[in-house]
Amino acid sequence: MTGAALEVLDLAKRYAGRAVVDCLSFSVRPGTVFALLGPNGAGKTTTVEICEGFRSADAGEVHVLGLPPRDRSLRSRVGVMPQSGGAYPGLRAREMLRLVASFAAHPLPPDELLDRLGLGEVADTAYRRLSGGQQQRLSLALAVVGRPELVFLDEPTAGLDPQARRATWELVEALRSDGVTVVLTTHLLDEAERLADDVVILDAGRVVAAGTVAELTASGAAGQLRFLAPAGLDLGALLADLPAGCSATESPAGHYLVEGAVDPRLLATVATWCADRGVLARDLRVQTRTLEDVFLELTGPEPRA
Amino acid sequence: MTAWPPGALAPQPGAAPLPRMLRAQTRAELTLVLRNGEQVLLSLVIPLGLLVLLVTVPFVDVDGQERADFFVPGVLALAVMSTAFTGQAIGVGFERQYGVLKRLGATPLPRAVLLAAKTLAVLAVEVLQVMLICLTGLLLGWNPSGSAAAVVALVLLGTVAFSGLGLLLGGTLRGLTTLAAANLVWFVLLVLGGILFPLAAFGAAEPALSLLPSAALSSGLREVLTAGELPLQPLATLAVWAVGSLAAASRLFRWE
Repeated sequence: MTGAALEVLDLAKRYAGRAVVDCLSFSVRPGTVFALLGPNGAGKTTTVEICEGFRSADAGEVHVLGLPPRDRSLRSRVGVMPQSGGAYPGLRAREMLRLVASFAAHPLPPDELLDRLGLGEVADTAYRRLSGGQQQRLSLALAVVGRPELVFLDEPTAGLDPQARRATWELVEALRSDGVTVVLTTHLLDEAERLADDVVILDAGRVVAAGTVAELTASGAAGQLRFLAPAGLDLGALLADLPAGCSATESPAGHYLVEGAVDPRLLATVATWCADRGVLARDLRVQTRTLEDVFLELTGPEPRA
Repeated sequence: MTAWPPGALAPQPGAAPLPRMLRAQTRAELTLVLRNGEQVLLSLVIPLGLLVLLVTVPFVDVDGQERADFFVPGVLALAVMSTAFTGQAIGVGFERQYGVLKRLGATPLPRAVLLAAKTLAVLAVEVLQVMLICLTGLLLGWNPSGSAAAVVALVLLGTVAFSGLGLLLGGTLRGLTTLAAANLVWFVLLVLGGILFPLAAFGAAEPALSLLPSAALSSGLREVLTAGELPLQPLATLAVWAVGSLAAASRLFRWE
């Protein structure tokens, strides 16, 4: 596909004979936020670093803005936030940002960028004295200060407190509104769900699912409908009213769960059934799948190293 | 803070003109050197302290030469070695470890401009060192002669040779390993490399030791500044070190 901001085709990378990335293909539409989601060790950073030109692929093709990743002209068009580090420990936050800004033809105003990321008060603090979260935000600022067309953010909110995370999310959303393509890696599901237009879920270097957040959460398993009501309702009678393929259970007493294709008709059926029996259903909730459910289903519940 | 105004982040990519990048990077390199206490100690305090000590306290026998005439060229060589080799090696080793070079590699800054900035920062520190050492030497009764052009040629060639060695060391080992190795090499060259003791003190080892870069630089400076001779052999030795170390560094240097 031409016109993709980033195109990865059958990418493979092995370390010491072990496949870290295997037959990986995806493509990122310009001006969208794309998330590579996966547990630790899934191959996210390796993939991103190949796209950034830091590592070479063993097989496959990568086109960044239509060019090979190591094309020199990309250095001014692409912003990179590595997973950690990347600043002179002895330079102050403002000095470091101004330094990188001075490499760009039309940089963002460094002081404003620091303020907006909540770093105004530590602008004159040496990088090595910044907290981990402050270092992360400076790293983000360094990635965007040159006004790139495409930015790679490797775990941009790892270790951030909620306010800092919000500031980062706002920046990513503002980048998208202004037409910048954002490729980020994360193992935080709510982050991908909140920010990303498209998600690729990686596990052991392979794509296990891909699509928009809506597609991923809508596909596959059925929805759930939960409600509270007096214990001991006749679920056999309820099932008779429900379409085929639904199930109804009570566990613990008074907590009811209906599983099936949850649509407005199903919801109305359950509500009517309760009304007919003079039962007040409380706390009636429709639960659709979150990205987290999809993620756990695909990658298993075991924590990764 | 209010929301980002629309269009504030709209892409407008482009690289700055090379002179602006060079200026900014050189200023950053110099700031880092001057802000780093150990580096100032290594580049300025130790050479000046040694010079005063060696000239005023006669615990090293210099074969009947004027003490200042023997030690000023040696300390000049030490200063070049400290800045171009030890300082560069340690700086680059830690920059690699901290991911700074990787980060800079993802900006429009070309590698050649980065190396040029490092070189300019080294030369700027050396100018300061040479001025302070010569001034201190003159106060201690140093009586120089010879060609200034030959001195500049030796210092420049020595800087290239030691920078090559420093980049080779800092570009291949981890930060702390580099720190240890660079200081060890610095000390060995200080003692065995013709700076602290005349090479004649080492007897049969003298011809081999005279091929060390510190020996070539210090004996070359001594030949010019004391005897006024053109130091062809030291210049040739330094040229070989410069070519060899830069060739090895450019093959083996790792940016991460």
